[in-house]
Amino acid sequence: MDAIFDIPVIGVLIQFVVYVIAALPVVAPTIAAAATPIALGAMCGFMNERSGVVNIGIEGMMLTAAFVAWWSASLAAQVVPNVGIGVLGITLPLVIGLTTAILAAMAVSAVHAWLSITVRADQIISGTIINIFAVGITGYLNLLISKQSPPSAGQFQPLQLPGVLEDVPVLGFLLDSLIGVGPIGLTMLISVIVLQVLLFRSRWGLRTRAVGEHPKAAETVGIDVIRLRYRNVIGGGVFAGLAGAYLTIEFGSAFQGEMTAGRGFIALAALIFGRWTPVGAFGAALLFTASIGLERSIRFAPPEGQLGEWLTAVPLQFYGALPYLITIIVLAGVVGRSLAPAAVGRPYERESKAA
Amino acid sequence: MRAALERVRSVAVLPAVAIGLALVVGAVIMILSSPLVGGFDLTLPLTAYQALAVGAFGSGNALVSTLVNATPLVLAGLAVGIGFKAGLFNIGAQGQFLIGALSATIVAIALNGASPAVAIPLSLLAGMAGGLAWGFVPGFLKAFTGAHEVVTTIMLNFVAIQIVSYVISGPLRGAEVTFARTDNIVAGELPILIGRDGHLGLLLAAVAVPAAWWLLYRSTIGFEIRTVGANPDAARYGGMQPKWITVLAMSVCGLLAGTAGAGEILGEVGYMPASYGTTVGFDAIAVALLGRAHPVGILFAGLLFGGMQAGAGLMQVQAGIPVQMVSVLQAVILFFLAAELIVRRVLRIRAPGTGVEAELETVSRSYGEQTSL
Repeated sequence: MDAIFDIPVIGVLIQFVVYVIAALPVVAPTIAAAATPIALGAMCGFMNERSGVVNIGIEGMMLTAAFVAWWSASLAAQVVPNVGIGVLGITLPLVIGLTTAILAAMAVSAVHAWLSITVRADQIISGTIINIFAVGITGYLNLLISKQSPPSAGQFQPLQLPGVLEDVPVLGFLLDSLIGVGPIGLTMLISVIVLQVLLFRSRWGLRTRAVGEHPKAAETVGIDVIRLRYRNVIGGGVFAGLAGAYLTIEFGSAFQGEMTAGRGFIALAALIFGRWTPVGAFGAALLFTASIGLERSIRFAPPEGQLGEWLTAVPLQFYGALPYLITIIVLAGVVGRSLAPAAVGRPYERESKAA
Repeated sequence: MRAALERVRSVAVLPAVAIGLALVVGAVIMILSSPLVGGFDLTLPLTAYQALAVGAFGSGNALVSTLVNATPLVLAGLAVGIGFKAGLFNIGAQGQFLIGALSATIVAIALNGASPAVAIPLSLLAGMAGGLAWGFVPGFLKAFTGAHEVVTTIMLNFVAIQIVSYVISGPLRGAEVTFARTDNIVAGELPILIGRDGHLGLLLAAVAVPAAWWLLYRSTIGFEIRTVGANPDAARYGGMQPKWITVLAMSVCGLLAGTAGAGEILGEVGYMPASYGTTVGFDAIAVALLGRAHPVGILFAGLLFGGMQAGAGLMQVQAGIPVQMVSVLQAVILFFLAAELIVRRVLRIRAPGTGVEAELETVSRSYGEQTSL
């Protein structure tokens, strides 16, 4: 083994691969957990952009949902009995929190839809408004509430896999980090697959793609462009709601001001890097968070020898910036090319109205 | 004279209506949330807005504080506004601000032993150059690869955060500091011109406004920038080079935002922390939109938002309203501006549309195309 490692350059590359494989089981749960809200946020962006509406307000939608989930679950815990079904830590207050968070994100999405589709305002401004408003209103209410220090309603629990599965060599840890998660994490996995199939195999998918690429042609074959856009944008809010709720009632159990910390924008990056497909965006989310996982691993357990010297010489912040750099490179078409749906960003105007 | 007044009225009526409506919405939010503070209180908004106004304009110190808060907003607002004129949506003022601040810090720390007459201009220039470079990149990418600036500038904002974190917590970390920050800037510190903390940066913003106006409306380059923004095809047909105009415009935007960053560090903070929390990038978008992308409008919008930031503290102390209410008001103002069509119809406003809609159309329409200019 040492002989292979001593080959110049290639030896270090092999060392790197060996190091990553060795570190993966340790950091995989972190990577999967960090990828969940990003993938869900990207699903929200997917629903918007595939039907021709830009959404840079995912961050604000997630932040709103995170706050609403936490607050309403906390309020519910003081009123309704804390009964659960004994699976995944599901209790009545948490379900109420999750539901209201989804409704809140849908409401914010409805505003985005109204501004972008009906008012035909600039869609990027609409997203900006949502982001500023979300930071303001959640920070405002959080400060008012924190004086009474409301009790936490707890959080969802991960799925306990049978011990046999965990012991499966190689795949055990992968199963554990992907499926051994809470209800929102599981929902994310299912939605990624379902949306991917629906996009390319269903009537809704065909229509959505048509409306996103060439709305005029879609209208001539009888598709109601306005209605489909409304439906998809508001439907996208469901995923932003799940993403926000994940942060405060599944991954953690408390809310902090501006706690989304740019995840909504990484979600946008993942959507672009994943070429506007659900599975692609999920893969991108995993890749992006793997960069964070690698950083953790290098910080706490750096490899030995030449490779260790090289890796620790790279500033740790480089791994934090990597997802964004990759996205810029892909968007610039340096390596491959990622193209947005053609009609994204353009408000649709019916012929009869334009005349 | 009458014509001039009429013009002011027609330009200012919609922003004024938006601000008024936002204050109403803010009042409703305060009243609805008053039970959380200590009982239902219908007069809470009056107390709050009064404190806000006193904190912003009520005394000499308050006025200076308003000017200090407005300075980065005006500079970064111009960075977004000039972008609008060129048909570019610069969401990257945040990153350009940070890189400008970082560059200024690097030079200022290096020149800490030098004379202020050397350290101040060089640090400021470094900040401008840093911001310019951070604006050049998305401009170049847009012009020559078609990568849309909305996405690239958002990404570059986060790259900038990481770079700042690396430089400040690594090579530039101060010797005797308790958290990750640089040593104090001594020689490069901007002199105080008025009041308690009215630093030289105020003057920079005051100069930048007429300079930007001259650039946009009196210079050949400005004419080309506006033509490219309104219609790149027409610009090319007229013999201009939209690619290089785009790169130039974005670089100027970066320079302005970088100046804002340099001014904040050298004039306000006095050192650079590894995680410099600021919302200036998004605030600048609000300023540019409320100011209708016109330098004079941006000046007034910057003063308004700067005043709100200056008065927010007093509002929190006297009325118990958290400072975040200012962000809420900003967002609601933007909301009513964006919903201009509806506001006009409901209130029967006849003033002509003088907004940035024409330029913005170029911006968001190009999002899906990603074609090179």
